[in-house]
Amino acid sequence: MPDIKDMNKFDAIIVGAGPAGTSCAHTVAKAGLKVALVDRGTFPGAKNVMGGVLYRHAVENAIPDFWKEAPLERHIIEQQYWLLSDDSNISIGHRSEKFAQEPYNRFTVLRAKFDSWFAGQADSAGAYIISKTVVDDVITENGRVVGIKTDRPDGNLYANVIVLCDGVNSLLAQKLGMRGEFDNRHLALAVKEIISMPREKIEDRFNLDGDEGATIDIYGEVAQGMEGTGFIYTNKDSLSVGIGVILADLVKTRVRPYDLLEQMKNHPVIKRMISGGEPREYMAHMIPEGGYKAMPKIYGDGVLVAGDAAMMVNGFHREGSNLAMTSGRLAGKTIIEATEKGDYSKNALSRYKDLLEDSFVLKDLKKYKNLPAHISNYSEFFSTYPEILNKAADEFLTIDGVSKKEKQRKIRKILTEKKSLWNIIKDTYKSWRAFG
Amino acid sequence: MKIEDRLFLVKFNPDKESHLVIKDRKTCRHCEFKPCQYFCPAQVYEWDEEQKLITVAYEGCFECGACRTGCPYLNIDWRYPKGGYGVAFRYG
Ligand SMILES: Cc1cc2nc3c(=O)[nH]c(=O)nc-3n(C[C@H](O)[C@H](O)[C@H](O)COP(=O)(O)OP(=O)(O)OC[C@H]3O[C@@H](n4cnc5c(N)ncnc54)[C@H](O)[C@@H]3O)c2cc1C
Ligand code: SF4
Ligand code: SF4
Repeated sequence: MPDIKDMNKFDAIIVGAGPAGTSCAHTVAKAGLKVALVDRGTFPGAKNVMGGVLYRHAVENAIPDFWKEAPLERHIIEQQYWLLSDDSNISIGHRSEKFAQEPYNRFTVLRAKFDSWFAGQADSAGAYIISKTVVDDVITENGRVVGIKTDRPDGNLYANVIVLCDGVNSLLAQKLGMRGEFDNRHLALAVKEIISMPREKIEDRFNLDGDEGATIDIYGEVAQGMEGTGFIYTNKDSLSVGIGVILADLVKTRVRPYDLLEQMKNHPVIKRMISGGEPREYMAHMIPEGGYKAMPKIYGDGVLVAGDAAMMVNGFHREGSNLAMTSGRLAGKTIIEATEKGDYSKNALSRYKDLLEDSFVLKDLKKYKNLPAHISNYSEFFSTYPEILNKAADEFLTIDGVSKKEKQRKIRKILTEKKSLWNIIKDTYKSWRAFG
Repeated sequence: MKIEDRLFLVKFNPDKESHLVIKDRKTCRHCEFKPCQYFCPAQVYEWDEEQKLITVAYEGCFECGACRTGCPYLNIDWRYPKGGYGVAFRYG
């Protein structure tokens, strides 16, 4: 680690060595600029948690062929979606042999390992990695951001541009007035366990070969009527098993998140998938799920905001790391251009917004801009619908001498018992609109 | 699995001082449901009926930030532990 006192001014300082910050630092360092990447963990990744599925395209932009050397768990060939009731399950899945071949499609990762490898790449590209350092505040002069104040002695550092990649809580964006206080409806709190399991058992149980992997996203009963979803992802010799719920719902219901996870693990359908495993680590982290409408300001004089700090998560598709990496890279590109012109004003840095508008990041966030509010108004998607659909399927698949015509009548009754047909149609229409 | 056993699986390097401070003890006494006791994923907060205060077991905090805005009175002075302290995930 470089001695912090020897360092005078940087072209850019990036706060936070998650996917957003590291990809920004990597981009800027590769262009030959002087960049510091500051993180509060003992090593980059020590504080970070995700499900976690990493998407190839976003990483590839920084490091071609990364899958040959990065610490990845499994390449995903099958994705399942489960709709659980209290004792049954409807599942839809997709498996593709194409995803079993290089360059693959998506991968499971463990963030403590992946992030430290990724930061190592930024280091090799020439970035100064400064760990074990909390950025307490941002230094401004005449309304322009000029540096950071760290918790090290003589720990002030200066740069032309500061990039806030400090994750979901982004205290720094709040201190700068780039966002107000959060609405607890815009935050999901997730808890997760790493459950170790012998590789062969995972491969047999999930029908996989070698390093192939599968993911299961779970809706319905597991969230106990709250707005939330569970997941089971396969790693090399462990499963990532977790559940995330909107914070406002947890505050209101007073359900303990670890009880929720324990009950999910004990669901009869899930229990079979994880049996024979041993919990190895337990963890919690928040996810910013407010979407486009809840985004903070993302550029100002001498400052840019990327990744979770900028609310760039596509909750519906469970994407965050790729939006973080892409926004970090585009922030880096903006800095390179600004450095060429010697202009770090808000106006010059607004280029970042244009680049994001042209990328999938803002296109996708805009497409789903009505979804977070829509889902909040329809908590039934997480309770009533999974329940009635499972009942209907149970009825349909039970061969008990009842005529098919009579069955259809019964199913229709199940479907409309809790919801009128008209309401189902209305919900469907509104959802279709919210999905844009 | 009990929360104590869960936390036992996690590596923490706690600082000597708490990074979480209750701003005003009186507010907690009037706080109806004391939700911090429930939603905190590490059970950091517990109501001590005898002393009439919330105890803060900051040593096992995940630094997730939920209590920062989850406390209905914004009564928790929330910051990160000093650099290098706090939770260190092995897997994440
Ligand atoms: C349970 C869960 C499951 C998820 N599943 C997926 C998934 O399957 N696929 C997917 O793509 N995304 C997933 N996400 C979302 C994804 O994890 C995030 O979108 C992504 O990590 C955001 O990257 P980031 O770099 O913006 O922030 P982070 O990864 O949070 O990184 C922020 C960094 O900043 C550091 N930091 C913060 N404040 C300071 C400070 N003041 N000083 C110094 N350092 C600081 C932190 O230590 C951290 O390293 C999931 C999230 C969770 C919680
Ligand atoms: S929720 Fe806030 S005010 Fe209520 S007891 Fe907890 S810390 Fe005190
Ligand atoms: S930050 Fe999270 S883990 Fe720590 S005390 Fe608050 S709610 Fe609990």
